Amino acid sequence: MHWVDYLRPRTLDECLRAFAEHGANARALAGGTDLLVQMRVGRRTNGVLVDMKAVPELTELRYDALEGLTLGAAVPCYRVYGDEKVRQTYPGLIDTVEMIGGTQIQGRASVGGNLCNSAPSADAVPALIALRATCRIASTAGWREVPVEDFCTAPGRNVLRETEILVSLRLPPPPEGFGACYLRFIPRNEMDIAVAGAGVSVKLADGVFEDGRVALASVAPTPLLVEEAGAALRGQRVGREAVARAAAAAKAAARPITDMRGTAAYRRNLCEVLTRRALERAVQRAGGTLG
Amino acid sequence: MNSTHVRATINGQPTEFLCEPRHSLLEVLRDVLQLTGTKEGCNDGNCGACTVEMDGRIVPACLVLGVEAEGASILTIEGIAEGSALHEVQRAFLEGAALQCGVCTPGFIVASKALLDRNPDPTEGEIRLWLANNLCRCTGYDKIVRSVQSAACRMQQEIAT
Repeated sequence: MHWVDYLRPRTLDECLRAFAEHGANARALAGGTDLLVQMRVGRRTNGVLVDMKAVPELTELRYDALEGLTLGAAVPCYRVYGDEKVRQTYPGLIDTVEMIGGTQIQGRASVGGNLCNSAPSADAVPALIALRATCRIASTAGWREVPVEDFCTAPGRNVLRETEILVSLRLPPPPEGFGACYLRFIPRNEMDIAVAGAGVSVKLADGVFEDGRVALASVAPTPLLVEEAGAALRGQRVGREAVARAAAAAKAAARPITDMRGTAAYRRNLCEVLTRRALERAVQRAGGTLG
Repeated sequence: MNSTHVRATINGQPTEFLCEPRHSLLEVLRDVLQLTGTKEGCNDGNCGACTVEMDGRIVPACLVLGVEAEGASILTIEGIAEGSALHEVQRAFLEGAALQCGVCTPGFIVASKALLDRNPDPTEGEIRLWLANNLCRCTGYDKIVRSVQSAACRMQQEIAT
């Protein structure tokens, strides 16, 4: 690897000043499971690594019944699935943190890093979109919030400006009748990149889909929120017909490419199947039945 | 080019070393501290050959910077046996012939021990899932999984007696 300088700020203020000073030359280091690999092969050439793991706001994992979940951007996967409250409250998030990499990777890799790496195949991102997560972004100039579905802009690219960092993700508390799920397809059992993935959520009331959300992985240049799939659910009776229409909308919205992991046609088909199955699971988690 | 001074606890011993920020913990272990039991496989986090325990979690040492070890407690394959007494997982791997070339073995043993520390009686599925981040290219996984089961069994018996 090329020469790098290493900074380990202890406060958010110190961290933000490092990014203000070094700009595009600085790169945030959380688990490093993408970053260090990319630096070794020369895909990234940043000269300053800023270790985010000593900043309290970046390592915070806190649930509050009113505010929901505050998930610091550098919190590793194992802490998320090791937290009993988070397990109970956000099973749709647990689906993803338990499937990113393997045990060793989960000891390092963070949900925030998965998002900032901005791969179209990122498993955590469709789940975050389905859970209506927002990004809390800061620089020395102040704060802004961006919904996760608007964060990624192209493969490996996102809305963060040179001097900005992702501090945390905020997930709203799940309302009554809420259920979520993330499913992906890989040809192996573990340790692979999604051929396609579907993150969904539903909110049920009196046997009706009051709300629904479907987001897809690996079938577009960015993780994709499928508005048409949500619309196909909203106001419909909870049942297999509405689920099938949402799944068809997901298939229609997918814009996959053909590569070594699968053909475009195969991926479109997967979008339908995964969306249907994820919705079935989400309905179950919401306490509903499909009849 | 400045090196950084790092203090960590390695296999229970307070240890100090110098490394450049670009050097991985794996490079530090092998090239600076001469702890060559930890192996380099893929060097990108896929194979698990360089698995070590860091503050109680198994991690790929190739994806940790040496400077990140400041203040951390690291356990490598060299710290698994107690003196000349092998850990039950090590014994089970030997008796079960769960290795051939041996490059993946330290990683498998460190990872398996960490599993049994948490879950003394894992199912076969739990063992395979926990070890999914460790690759073996010669023996295949059945002997490895059976050896972990056998170690678990013996450790349970030891506790019982």
